Amino acid sequence: MFTYILKRLLILPLLMFVFSVVAFILIQAPPGDFVTSYVAELAASGSAMDQRQIEALRELYGLDQPAYIQYFKWVSRLLVGDMGFSLDFQKPISELIGQRLLLTVILGLATLLFTFAVALPIGIISATRQYSFFDYFFTVLNYIGIATPTFMTALILMWLAFSNFGITITGLFSPEFANAPWSFARVVDLSQHLWLPMVILGLDGTARLARILRANLLDELNKPYMEMARAKGMSEWALVIKYPVRLAINPLVSSLGWYLPLIFSGSLIVATVLNLPTIGPLLLRSLISQDMFLAGTIVLTYFGLAVIGTLLSDIFLAWLDPRIRMEAA
Amino acid sequence: MSTDSPPTELAQKPELATGDVSGGAPEPHDAVSVAPNWKLVWWRFQKHKLAMFAGYVLIAITIIAAFPGFFSTQNPVQSITKGSFMPPQGIQFWDNGPAFFTYEMEGKRNARSLRMEWVINEERRIPLRLFGEGYEWKFLGLFPTRLHLLAVVNPEVDAPINLLGTDRLGRDQWSRLVHGTQVSLSIGLFAVFLATVIGIFLGGLSGYYGGLTDMVIQRVVELLQSIPPIPIWLALSAALPRTWSVVTTYIAITSILALISWTGLAREVRGRFLVLREEDFVVAAKLAGCGQMRIVFRHMAPTMSSHIIAAVTLAIPVMIINETFLSFLGLGLRPPAISWGVMLQEAQNLQSVALAPWLLLPGVAVIITVLALNILGDGLRDAADPYH
Repeated sequence: MFTYILKRLLILPLLMFVFSVVAFILIQAPPGDFVTSYVAELAASGSAMDQRQIEALRELYGLDQPAYIQYFKWVSRLLVGDMGFSLDFQKPISELIGQRLLLTVILGLATLLFTFAVALPIGIISATRQYSFFDYFFTVLNYIGIATPTFMTALILMWLAFSNFGITITGLFSPEFANAPWSFARVVDLSQHLWLPMVILGLDGTARLARILRANLLDELNKPYMEMARAKGMSEWALVIKYPVRLAINPLVSSLGWYLPLIFSGSLIVATVLNLPTIGPLLLRSLISQDMFLAGTIVLTYFGLAVIGTLLSDIFLAWLDPRIRMEAA
Repeated sequence: MSTDSPPTELAQKPELATGDVSGGAPEPHDAVSVAPNWKLVWWRFQKHKLAMFAGYVLIAITIIAAFPGFFSTQNPVQSITKGSFMPPQGIQFWDNGPAFFTYEMEGKRNARSLRMEWVINEERRIPLRLFGEGYEWKFLGLFPTRLHLLAVVNPEVDAPINLLGTDRLGRDQWSRLVHGTQVSLSIGLFAVFLATVIGIFLGGLSGYYGGLTDMVIQRVVELLQSIPPIPIWLALSAALPRTWSVVTTYIAITSILALISWTGLAREVRGRFLVLREEDFVVAAKLAGCGQMRIVFRHMAPTMSSHIIAAVTLAIPVMIINETFLSFLGLGLRPPAISWGVMLQEAQNLQSVALAPWLLLPGVAVIITVLALNILGDGLRDAADPYH
């Protein structure tokens, strides 16, 4: 188990290096450098920037030097925890991201828990009661869940809540808590707002995971060991939970590897519609205003979340399934 | 079990192989034994009634996408400032006998909010007809015509009908939806086509040669799959110059979507190759002296094609949803281009949705199309392995 985790951990720096290069290429993708476009934008709005300030910025990011030196400057500052400065917001990037990152992670984990809490029972019932009303009902629901873009669900729910109850269901906090420091009351307020984006975000994943579990469980249910256990007089539910579900759940856990990153980046769209204070809307704004170093840092943050998510799912799977940890070690 | 090597004792009765394909049920037992792979897949697919239905729905959507001008009632880019936020207008079929008309909508500007407020004027009826004359459009982009499926009888006197209401700029939603269908559907198809070409090529290399080639390609695939695609799509599309024309942006967005999505197909193809490589008929072909190209295209490809078609069908809806996401967020196609995502941009905030809920209707089009494609794809996947 230890060697397995160590092996996984050793790949991390390599992955993060590749990802930082990708993020840097994305920063470089727009034509022209961002200081020039920022100065042009300022000039268009009637204000100007001190020539010395412009020079200082160019120097800081090494804009007149070759790309690999710019990359090196950017990464070496990131490594010591200096994310740089957002021109658009006139604030340090770490200050902009910090609080929002925490909320992104909270929303992601809540969605994950919701998904599993709902997908497991649905998958088990649909498989054990195949072709029953339940099964058909959830099959239909699954298809619709997968076909509906998350922002549509968000828009429709927003509209229904507004037109029927006259309430606006945006944001993660009530106005009085939006900028308040963390307190018990603020956590309670967050939990009252969190459930809706959580459900919207988890709908698609719940549908997929329930279908995967159903298919896997159906394969297991016809195996001879089931007959054997029944012949011994085991009760049906104890039997199902104890043997086939434990086997069928493995692919579900390995799907965490792609599902968790998907939740994090998928929350971007829902967060934009529902106006949530996560890093998603920030990325969107920075991309539109071409504040590329802010954008690059957020993209890299998403990559980092994805890597951590994959790592956690690998470890969890190894802990759950002895075959995997034996094979790897 | 390749298509061109049926069991020899049955191959003596070739007349049974030409069974009634369109009619459905393969009645004589022997027809099953000698039927080629695609025929077995088709027979099995036909049993899946829901997937057949989804197929008909998709054919209808494709016809609309092919001739949007014919199905639209107004010019989709023409905005009427006095006609903003008009609710959908229903067609009336009965008025003491069969009839075909709609009531006139009367708009008044609210002096306070400066919004247009619409009431149905039941006094005035606007007669409608099928295959009537409307604005000029070009059949297949070449031949100018004025023929439309639905049109008002007297275009000089009456205002045109707004089946799904109008948007903020007073543009007809139905006509825009129909034109958006063409763009959204074709972007999905082209992006998947591109991704399929890359996926089949690299997946095929990987699966057929194995060894080092396989390892390099697989590592690249794994790397690409571990990157969350949405931030990359956003960043790449944001980098497209705003000055680009609609067509250039369309091509760029299609390529961006395809660039990251070929990995799933590559894996599918590689997996199939690995399975087939060990099959007896491939070994037999090799022993018989077939060249590599002949083995791949004549022997392996036909057995794989149904699986690939199923995987491709299931990839199209993902692309359609992704294009909708990008355009919805303002980073995909941009006006004056019309796609479902561009249309939904109008419904981005609560104010406009509360004021004009019909702006959400393009989303319904997305759901129906994606639903149909998913059901069809699942049906194809189930049918892809007819020996199972």
